[in-house]
Amino acid sequence: MVSDSPYEIAVNEKWCKKCGLCIAFCPKDVLESDGGGPIVKAPSQCIGCLLCEMHCPDFAITVKRRAEK
Amino acid sequence: MALPLEKYLRVGKLPHIWCPGCGHGIVTQAIIRAIDETGLDTEETVIVSGIGCSSRAPGYMNFDTLHTTHGRAIPFATGIKMANPELNVIVITGDGDAAAIGGNHLIHAARRNIGLTVVCFNNNIYGMTSGQYSPLTPRGSYASTAPYGMFERPFDLCELVKGAGGSFIARSTAYHTRHLTNMIKEALKYEGFSFVDALSQCPTYYGRRNRLRTPLDMLNWLRDRAVPASSWDKMTPEEKDGKFPIGILVNQPSTELTKVYGEVMVKAAAEGGRG
Ligand SMILES: Cc1ncc(C[n+]2csc(CCOP(=O)(O)OP(=O)(O)O)c2C)c(N)n1
Ligand code: SF4
Ligand code: SF4
Ligand code: SF4
Ligand SMILES: [Mg+2]
Repeated sequence: MVSDSPYEIAVNEKWCKKCGLCIAFCPKDVLESDGGGPIVKAPSQCIGCLLCEMHCPDFAITVKRRAEK
Repeated sequence: MALPLEKYLRVGKLPHIWCPGCGHGIVTQAIIRAIDETGLDTEETVIVSGIGCSSRAPGYMNFDTLHTTHGRAIPFATGIKMANPELNVIVITGDGDAAAIGGNHLIHAARRNIGLTVVCFNNNIYGMTSGQYSPLTPRGSYASTAPYGMFERPFDLCELVKGAGGSFIARSTAYHTRHLTNMIKEALKYEGFSFVDALSQCPTYYGRRNRLRTPLDMLNWLRDRAVPASSWDKMTPEEKDGKFPIGILVNQPSTELTKVYGEVMVKAAAEGGRG
């Protein structure tokens, strides 16, 4: 999916333990559950609030501003 | 924005051993973010822990770290700070580690006002040893050693540290991640003894026994009981029941121990070879 969001969301599948907290805390329904872990469903909705990243106990989801790359 | 994880974490050791949804990872991230935003030099920062799930955190952190014995993180950290007062010394401890076996060390560090930052990962249970009650287990809740409900009165850790002379005391939770990060930042900037009661969740041994079935249920339980410190004093005892204040609870700067000790050393050197 081509995104017009200035944010890029990365999920580290190797570290994710599928607790679902990132999905529950996202205020914009960007993330969808895939058996507990997140799939980035609507990246263009992302506002870069970092609630997913900061509530992830496993350092498994990170949100970067695209220019930061 | 996203944290430079490789700078602050021993990424080769991840994934960590904590259970899915354990709050300790959230609090660990808040510490790292606070260090990042405060700009502490990682080369000049030492992180010390005791024993417990919480005390495993420094093992994942890319600093000079010390994993010591149960309850004794503060004495080891005290030694480090006394030997080299220039270092930033952070203690990561659990509610069992800090308030049960290590309670005596906690109160004396507060009394001495030694420049450590102590962050207690308070999940109100002994997580590592499978869910025995701790001095922080709320009355009426279940633990492996309280099958009919906890009947003892718990500590309020912030009040305990305050009573012992603590000069910087703050509390937050794993629900309030931004606020928690800010509390840790303030604690890191504070020169004397700083204490942060960081409420965390143990879904495995606390949640399961106490009808908090998911990590999210546990975080919502923390959210529902937290009251901003500014509102707390206006509440009646009935309103306070089952709740706790979050925010900076004490901030009364007083001379840090190694500064006083430095003066004693100068005096000793001047007067020399007595006794
Ligand atoms: C001297 C000593 N006594 C008891 C133990 C067993 N023990 C290991 S961890 C722990 C409690 C940990 O609880 P807490 O500090 O709250 O950490 P958590 O696992 O909940 O994060 C105990 C009693 C020990 N390792 N050493
Ligand atoms: S940064 Fe905020 S809006 Fe974007 S995915 Fe994460 S929680 Fe959702
Ligand atoms: S919060 Fe982290 S560990 Fe939990 S599901 Fe999301 S990415 Fe995975
Ligand atoms: S037992 Fe509890 S405190 Fe320990 S890792 Fe599991 S959830 Fe976390
Ligand atoms: Mg504990």
